[in-house]
Amino acid sequence: MAMPSGEKIKICQQCGTCTGSCPTSYLMDYGPREVIAAFRAGMIDKVVKSNTIWLCTSCYYCTVRCPAGIKITDLMYELKRMAIKYDLTPKTSRNPAMTKIFVDSVRKHGRNHEVELMAKFMLTKDWSLPFKFWQLGLKLFTAGRMPLTATNIRGREELEKISAYLEAQEANAQ
Amino acid sequence: MKYLYFPGCSAEATGKAYDISTRAMMEKLGVELVELDDWNCCGATSYFSVRELDSFAIAARNLAIAQEMGDDEVCVICNACYTTLAKTNRYMAEDPRIFEAVNGALGAVGRSYDGKVKVRHIVDILVNDIGLEAVTERVSRRLTGLRVAPYYGCQFSRPMGSFDDVQLPTTMDRLFEAMGADVITDFDAKTDCCGGMMMLTREDAALRLCHELLTAARQYKADVLVAACPLCEMNLEGYQPRVNKTYGTDFNIPVMYFTQLAGLALGADPKQLAMEKQVVSCDPVLAAIPA
Amino acid sequence: MAEEKIGVYICHCGTNIAGTVDVEEVTRWAAEQPNVAIAREYKYMCSDPGQDLIKQDIKENGITRAVVAACSPTMHEPTFRKAAGDGGLNPYLLQMANIREHCSWVTIDHDAATEKAKRILGAQIHRLPLNVPLQPIEVPVNPNVMVVGGGIAGIEAALKLAATGKKVYLVERDPSIGGHMAMFDKTFPTLDCAACILTPKMSAAGKEPNIEMLAYSEVTQVDGYVGNFKVKVKKKARFIDTDKCTGCALCTEACVVRKVPSEFDMGLSKRAAAYIPFPQAVPLRATIDPTRCLTLTGKKCKQPCVAACGPEAIDFEQKDEELELEVGAIIMATGFQLWDPTPETRYSYGKLDNVISSLEFERISNASGPTGGHIVCKNGEAPKSVAILHCVGSRDDNHQEFCSRVCCMYSLKFAHLIKEHLPETEVYECYIDMRTYGKGYEEFYKRLMNESVHFIRGRAAEVSAVALSPEEQGELVVKVEDTLLGITRRLPVDMVILSSGLAPRADAKATSQIFGFGCSSNGFFLERHPKLEPVSTVTDGIFIAGCCQYPKDIPDTVAQAGAAAAGALALVDNATVKVEPTISYIDPEKCSGCHICVGLCPHAAIQYNAEKDAAEVIEAACKGCGVCVAACGSGVPQQRGYLDEQIFAEIEGALVV
Repeated sequence: MAMPSGEKIKICQQCGTCTGSCPTSYLMDYGPREVIAAFRAGMIDKVVKSNTIWLCTSCYYCTVRCPAGIKITDLMYELKRMAIKYDLTPKTSRNPAMTKIFVDSVRKHGRNHEVELMAKFMLTKDWSLPFKFWQLGLKLFTAGRMPLTATNIRGREELEKISAYLEAQEANAQ
Repeated sequence: MKYLYFPGCSAEATGKAYDISTRAMMEKLGVELVELDDWNCCGATSYFSVRELDSFAIAARNLAIAQEMGDDEVCVICNACYTTLAKTNRYMAEDPRIFEAVNGALGAVGRSYDGKVKVRHIVDILVNDIGLEAVTERVSRRLTGLRVAPYYGCQFSRPMGSFDDVQLPTTMDRLFEAMGADVITDFDAKTDCCGGMMMLTREDAALRLCHELLTAARQYKADVLVAACPLCEMNLEGYQPRVNKTYGTDFNIPVMYFTQLAGLALGADPKQLAMEKQVVSCDPVLAAIPA
Repeated sequence: MAEEKIGVYICHCGTNIAGTVDVEEVTRWAAEQPNVAIAREYKYMCSDPGQDLIKQDIKENGITRAVVAACSPTMHEPTFRKAAGDGGLNPYLLQMANIREHCSWVTIDHDAATEKAKRILGAQIHRLPLNVPLQPIEVPVNPNVMVVGGGIAGIEAALKLAATGKKVYLVERDPSIGGHMAMFDKTFPTLDCAACILTPKMSAAGKEPNIEMLAYSEVTQVDGYVGNFKVKVKKKARFIDTDKCTGCALCTEACVVRKVPSEFDMGLSKRAAAYIPFPQAVPLRATIDPTRCLTLTGKKCKQPCVAACGPEAIDFEQKDEELELEVGAIIMATGFQLWDPTPETRYSYGKLDNVISSLEFERISNASGPTGGHIVCKNGEAPKSVAILHCVGSRDDNHQEFCSRVCCMYSLKFAHLIKEHLPETEVYECYIDMRTYGKGYEEFYKRLMNESVHFIRGRAAEVSAVALSPEEQGELVVKVEDTLLGITRRLPVDMVILSSGLAPRADAKATSQIFGFGCSSNGFFLERHPKLEPVSTVTDGIFIAGCCQYPKDIPDTVAQAGAAAAGALALVDNATVKVEPTISYIDPEKCSGCHICVGLCPHAAIQYNAEKDAAEVIEAACKGCGVCVAACGSGVPQQRGYLDEQIFAEIEGALVV
């Protein structure tokens, strides 16, 4: 689905308010402003392969402050989806893995099971996390904030069917 | 007064205290919360990163269920859930293609949604529906002298901006002022991002953001930070020791769900508000307010 | 009816028409139509040779009617009607057929365009035999002019008009003329002191015998039409007899109410209830603020002002005066207001100390301002660093979409003033583009670069008070992406100046409605044509000048004021003005006196004549809109040149091809 107001990218003034507002731009290969410049220069592939989009926290500062009304956060989401679809995620980035684990958890249970999330993520992506995390983990567990069993909603098959329907629609459209 | 209630996935796990304290607080206010039947995960930021229409569709499933339960409003406690559900409504209204796709998908499971359920953040309900007068009447422990830094988080009023300012909202400020607290109204880091899910995937980034927030809280001499989102609360409170370890700081600032503090003001027992579940102890706060 | 001889002239308009419409075919077709004696095509009918074709055909070929198929009548109907008149044919026996804006410019389909051109032309050919000669109506013109607004635009326009011998009423809402320019410190790019160059003009306006100064007055109602406006002006009570007051200001010193925020100083200083807005006020008379004066708000006061006043000028019984003035033309020069930065919450204007607006800085920098010209923070200390943020509320879909033109220059001016007062202070300019387009402006920018001002290309993301490092303790922190370096920077500064844009006045729309003209989508007064008629409005006789039309600097304002004065003079320097005769006519014999049309007329051009028990059209005010013609149940009002039979003939002509 095309991004709402995607055509507004054409009127970006390159003012830099987005990058200036972004809490993680200091880590990005290309800040949000440069992402838009790259788009207009036909070089968006550079951006998709960089770490930029996976550092976006969806805080929406850029979106509400942009004088051209560009929905930059939505643009980032679209780029993330593209990256996953065409398998262009940088190997060093762990966010894509997390989002996939999250989606899988929701599809399985109907709700995301936080312990499952963290366990799977640690096992597949970051063995050091248990070492950093164990103290907090213990406190949370004893406080009852880390239930080990997941709740399965009655309607979890519905979520599967919804995804299947939409995938079929997408396949038909192409 | 009665509201359909959407707790969100965190409310069953790391955000348990938020759920418990919300229910306790609403009970003190005489408001009934009816949990949305068989609600599913809203999808939050992760789903949007993978599949756009799926996100809208699964979010809309909850709203469709709300309509089936005969109601047109849902109370939401988590910023991310609030934004995802409200965004679904807005985008369905603005783009007929999204509306059609969502209803097509819901139709595949025997449901439909016309876009008319109002998604309400609990803070909005408290201040604008229940009203500050009604709330103040029921305050039995005034929070006099307690310096409260209201931390809204980034997705409280962004991008929706429906009921409060997108940069510097004041709804929570007014709530705690009505409860007698010394609210730090010029806490201008109040909507800066805490890092959210990045705390697991890019810990360095999230810790830095939390470090900045805690620095701000200390600068304004906050006695307590109150949050309106399970992730925000978790990052600022649960990970406060890690911030200290990484930056060599000695923060020991109590962070609570705003419902816990509000619940205390309204006379609930600390045990009813799951205060013992906090990682950073809330004893200083409990000590500061009347028993 | 007698056979008419119609001359048809089809314009190519270069390729504007001929590129889409087959003009040869249309000409061939036209020649075959009934009553057409001559059909010609020409590349540019509006040129001299083109017009000569019409004149020649009238003189040599005896044509009795003419139609020019070309552009819109709003472009050239007057041109061709004048040509007809010069050729000896009554101008109203010539019609235009719009085959450009209505035809060639709305389609790329050649066949469709040619077909439509024939129909459009056919309509006019068919109705022309029914045209009758009409004579323009001449109405007398009142030679006086009213200028509304006493800022630099109004003052300039008034002085220029007065110099020609015309009487000018200069109406100003505030107690003194001078407007915003009187508040400025220095003006760019010359750095002239604003008051030094303005006050001679203010003084001249005050002394000029042809200018009747109506300060502290407002227009409440405008009736009438070009050449004959009747304006009601409310002269607000100062509670001071201005004939006796000498402007000695002793009452202002004696007044016991001393804490009123001074409007002139942007609220940064306090004035008394009895006040003179600034020392160089013209007229130099005191005013008593009725919302703050103890006596006037029904409280007890010993009235030390009365005791202090030698000439005994204070009069608490004074009432507002209602004046009814008659003028031939009106010039609107009501200026702007500064865009209030409060809604831009990320800059915390109004919340954080030392985040100030541009006008506030002008007052701080000004030697006669609240700080005696010392650039200081709220704590009285000089700032060691200042950030000047451009485009606040401007070029922004969330606030004002347009660029306010002057902010880049005044921001540079501020940087210079700071460096001049405080050479050691660091100054940062956060900008998106540097708009220094005027005479001497680029050189001024270079000057500032030479003065070691730090230019950061990036629109400031936010201003906050959270300190993340020792240098930021106690400072305002401006977060901005330095886009040229690709780095996000945090600038700890002592003071932040918000260069916000110029906004239309809050009551601009209401004002325009009182006077009977319109506003643009951005809220400023609407000019008749953005390129060729920047100081006229669609309402004849009403002109606009200065920032009320759109933000601009002082040189452009003064130029527009002169242009408006010339426009007004061109009107009122004649004894009469011609009004189009294609207006409504009401036959008193047929009118039943029901009043329906009187209330419906949007130009208030119909009045009820009790003697005749019939409605009657005020010819000069009627714009020929046709509302009365449509509304009358008895079909009595007839619009000359657009009679029912003429319109039906057009319709028939368009259908028969």
